[in-house]
Amino acid sequence: MDLNKTVGKPISRLEGKLKVTGAAKYAAEYQADNLLHGYVVNSPVTKGKIINIDISGAMAIPGVIQVLSHENRPKLAWFDLQYTDMDAPPGTVFKPLHDENILYNGQPIALVVAEDFETARYASTQIRFEFEEKNFQTSLDQNIGEARAAKKGFATALKPPPPPPTGDFDEAFANAAVKVEAEFHHGTEHHNPIELFATTTVYEGPGKLTIYDKTQGTINNQLYVANIFGLRYKNVRVLAPFVGGAFGSGLRPQYQLFLCVMAALHLERNVRVVLDRKQMFSFSHRPPAIQTLRFASDINGRLTALGHRVLAETSNFEDYTEPTASWSHRLYPAPNTLFEQKVVPLDVYTPMDMRAPGGSTALHAIECTMDELSYKLKIDPLELRLINYSDMDPSSKKPYTSKALRACYLEAAERFGWDKRSPEPASMTRGNKLVGYGMATGIWDAFQFPARVEAMITSDGKLVLNNATTDIGTGTLTVMTQIAADELGLSIEEVDFQYGDSKKPFSMFQGGSAITSSTGVAIVIAAKALRKKLLKKAGEIPHSPFHKIAEEEVFFAAGQLCLKSDPGIFITLKDIIAFNNGRPIKTTNMGKPHMLKLRKYSLATHSASFVEVEVDKDLGVVTVTRAVTAVAAGKIINPKTAKSQILGSMVWGISKALHEETIMDTNLGKYINTNLGEYHIPVHADIGELDVIFAEEQDELINEIGTKGVGEIGLVGMPAAISNAIFHATGKRIYKLPIHFDELIG
Amino acid sequence: MNNFGYKQASNIDDAVTLVAASEKTSFIAGGTNLIDLWKYNITNPAELIDINHLNELSNIEQLENGGLRLGAGVKNADTAYHPIVEQKYPLLSKAILAGASAQIRNMATNGGNLLQRTRCYYFYDPEVPCNKRNPGSGCPAKDGYNRMHAILGTSEQCIAVFPSDMCVALAALDAVVNVSGPEGARSIPFKEFHRLPGDRPDLDNNLKKNELITSIDLPEKGFEGNYSYLKLRDRHSYAFALVSVATTFTLDGSIISDARIALGGVAHQPWRSFEAEQFLEGKTASEENFALAADLILKGAKGFGDNDFKIKLAKKAIIRNCLMALRPETQLPGAQPAA
Ligand SMILES: Cc1cc2nc3c(=O)[nH]c(=O)nc-3n(C[C@H](O)[C@H](O)[C@H](O)COP(=O)(O)OP(=O)(O)OC[C@H]3O[C@@H](n4cnc5c(N)ncnc54)[C@H](O)[C@@H]3O)c2cc1C
Repeated sequence: MDLNKTVGKPISRLEGKLKVTGAAKYAAEYQADNLLHGYVVNSPVTKGKIINIDISGAMAIPGVIQVLSHENRPKLAWFDLQYTDMDAPPGTVFKPLHDENILYNGQPIALVVAEDFETARYASTQIRFEFEEKNFQTSLDQNIGEARAAKKGFATALKPPPPPPTGDFDEAFANAAVKVEAEFHHGTEHHNPIELFATTTVYEGPGKLTIYDKTQGTINNQLYVANIFGLRYKNVRVLAPFVGGAFGSGLRPQYQLFLCVMAALHLERNVRVVLDRKQMFSFSHRPPAIQTLRFASDINGRLTALGHRVLAETSNFEDYTEPTASWSHRLYPAPNTLFEQKVVPLDVYTPMDMRAPGGSTALHAIECTMDELSYKLKIDPLELRLINYSDMDPSSKKPYTSKALRACYLEAAERFGWDKRSPEPASMTRGNKLVGYGMATGIWDAFQFPARVEAMITSDGKLVLNNATTDIGTGTLTVMTQIAADELGLSIEEVDFQYGDSKKPFSMFQGGSAITSSTGVAIVIAAKALRKKLLKKAGEIPHSPFHKIAEEEVFFAAGQLCLKSDPGIFITLKDIIAFNNGRPIKTTNMGKPHMLKLRKYSLATHSASFVEVEVDKDLGVVTVTRAVTAVAAGKIINPKTAKSQILGSMVWGISKALHEETIMDTNLGKYINTNLGEYHIPVHADIGELDVIFAEEQDELINEIGTKGVGEIGLVGMPAAISNAIFHATGKRIYKLPIHFDELIG
Repeated sequence: MNNFGYKQASNIDDAVTLVAASEKTSFIAGGTNLIDLWKYNITNPAELIDINHLNELSNIEQLENGGLRLGAGVKNADTAYHPIVEQKYPLLSKAILAGASAQIRNMATNGGNLLQRTRCYYFYDPEVPCNKRNPGSGCPAKDGYNRMHAILGTSEQCIAVFPSDMCVALAALDAVVNVSGPEGARSIPFKEFHRLPGDRPDLDNNLKKNELITSIDLPEKGFEGNYSYLKLRDRHSYAFALVSVATTFTLDGSIISDARIALGGVAHQPWRSFEAEQFLEGKTASEENFALAADLILKGAKGFGDNDFKIKLAKKAIIRNCLMALRPETQLPGAQPAA
């Protein structure tokens, strides 16, 4: 490692102290003069119409300013197009307070605005609504007959439908030597970041707003607000300097943003709207899904047929899909494949990407099916994966830009002690506990979006960078600072990465594990341009040793531009700027994926998870005692923040396997465990020993910095590894998530 | 949350007078349940009578009869870690520590714990029917999602569960609840404190209107030799019990001379079967006998679909917990089953 480089070093997150001391301000914490507070009223009815609204009870409460509903809302944009956001699935986007129709339970139907939050919340209980209720459907199981193909649209580009069949699946499966058929059921999950969704809108004068919002995409929300309310883009500024987790829920503007802005414009006042925890269950979620898998192999374990059929919930107004059905073929070669994916529209809000959308659902089913196949074949589960290992992507027949999955398998198996596993189910014990070992593979996309970065050297010789991306807690600020520091030979302290602001140069929303590659590449490109400008400026200084010197002949280190041939000859960046009359030297550049070159390759990150569980012989109680996940994700810019990403997603994997589920009462058409007391997510005391390995993976093809993203890959393998470990411990295969311990009672 | 008045009571009599002064008053102790219910618009008191500062409620003291008096205002955590409780009533200590989280136990009081309300999803949602919250409106739990609900002592009207862990131990220990009210002071044996729903599911217990719990008395016998508390739930760290069991024995060699078994998470009150306890008395402490006792306890148990598993689970839990009571050192923190 080059000692002067920062990339590759485990640097603690730069904003960590601000966060743990409470100095970091989140969207609901910005103060503004005479701030008003909005509280959202949600529909208690699942489907139907609002017949009447009587707001007199609420208006009579001192401190209540206004109750806005579809009856008295200001005029708004009419066309769907004006409401769409960058992540909108095909269909008709939901328009809050648009009309009297109720499309799902919890739909926002009014906003109470008052002098303080508690008054607004109390007043919300004093509004009398009359509804006309209609029959509704909220059960996936009862509506599989309604399954259909998803509509196509803008979002289909990132979320393509499964590829057409290959070979003759039915024939191959029917006549296969060894086969497994299984149906998997997954429950609904809500993102539940700890930071509640909130917006503080500062009314800066007619048509001009500064908005502090909880979002993963400042520009996405800027465009959304400007389009709907007919404002000029430049007059709408959306800021999100700190985001307390989002996990996908911030990829689309949420309704508190709309309602807050509407109230601010209507009342010409500063307004804040914060959702409460219960309301955090009133919008996007991971859809429940039913998956049918049919895998077949020859007697040596070589896969001959892969069949994967997915039915997943969507709303009645948008066709959300998460690519689920075709993942197996990106890992395992098989001559006969059949992948199908359909949506089942229900009277719920539109589902949305939630950490490893599609992938985490699919890989659970795929890797449990592989596990089941391994027992039928009497082949070690890891061995079965190695038998079917492919260096290229079997689904596209293209090589991967890099794929160190084999190293993941072997290194994680070694660290875990997989060789100590006795193959028979229920054959390992510890006191009155059954012990099980399970493993699974993970795969996730390596995305890159276009991004623009402005880079400048200021009069104090520091590098300032500007980009609109957020840092949703992943360590974006830290890794961008590291990348930039190395590019200009500066220390971390000499770099100031400015972000979380729609005014800054373009960034897509922060999703799909793509931001490090997207903004990171733009930084590298901007830095290159900046180096060139600095060299040119240095060469203009009278008698400069850098006059007419080529780029290849210099380097940047310790805040200086130096000659390679004689590093004793240098000029500080500060002096270059001084020569420029103290004016910063700056450049703005675009980074984008090399589409043409990359078309010949497949791009993915990989992982392997190994898990040990203990299951009480009589009581069925499950504990994940330890887990090892090895990840191949190209270059790891910061092993510390990257490890945190993987640890967090391994915890999520435990959560998905054993805890998390939003329960829909299909008689009432609503979710019923809408608080963190009853929506279980693991806390420290629920987590055993977790270990992370980053497999060496050099990728010169994928982009300028060799990164692939680590936000999601740590999650995908875990749920299946846990399910497989439970099978190994007990001999019981549970085909649904989450797994409740009562299904394992001895 | 509505606007509300706030008064601090200066002594027990004052507290009772203040709370009786108008209709919509409420005592507030740790507030860990009351404030939640308030935010959910399930209760909305017009005036709070704060009893946190009452010295008379904040002591743990030994009684002349050899028992121990736990002030109603003492925090759950302080009770669980009190040296006499730890030594003489370890079952109670374990049960309290199996409940909620450290933060909540630091706020929650002994009196409040007895009066916490069910965690039934439907009770917690003012937009849906619930006979407990809104008598006569119906019970969606019976045909809805009832994983957490009761299998014993249910009624047509209500299948909610009383969620406390502490009270399961108090039931097993034959505690007595001391209260003061407009009509004076009285003592209520623990088994008569909480009630079954019957056709008045709105009533959780037999405390009369405007009565204040002042203390809880533990009898002299603490069962420090053979005891165990087992709590089974969907999340180990903290979650309400799906089934919990408190067991104590007095043993004469391997013969049981006194047995107490109370269940939590299965009924509208901590559940004790005196028939089963009598069955065990004079018998050998064996897995076989524990299984027979479990059958007696669960006689008449009835599931509603999602909670059917509780019948099977409760039986296994009773047996395991009885075995653990023979070797109390096998209990793990948080009342997880031993390895
Ligand atoms: C997330 C969460 C998890 C929890 N998990 C568990 C668990 O696993 N196990 C468990 O047992 N409990 C659990 N609890 C419940 C907790 O134990 C109770 O909330 C607590 O014991 C209530 O005590 P308090 O002092 O805060 O009562 P408060 O909320 O102050 O009062 C509750 C009720 O009792 C009344 N009251 C209080 N004191 C008196 C008195 N002396 N006389 C008359 N009336 C009185 C109040 O008027 C109010 O109606 C949990 C709570 C939460 C929020």
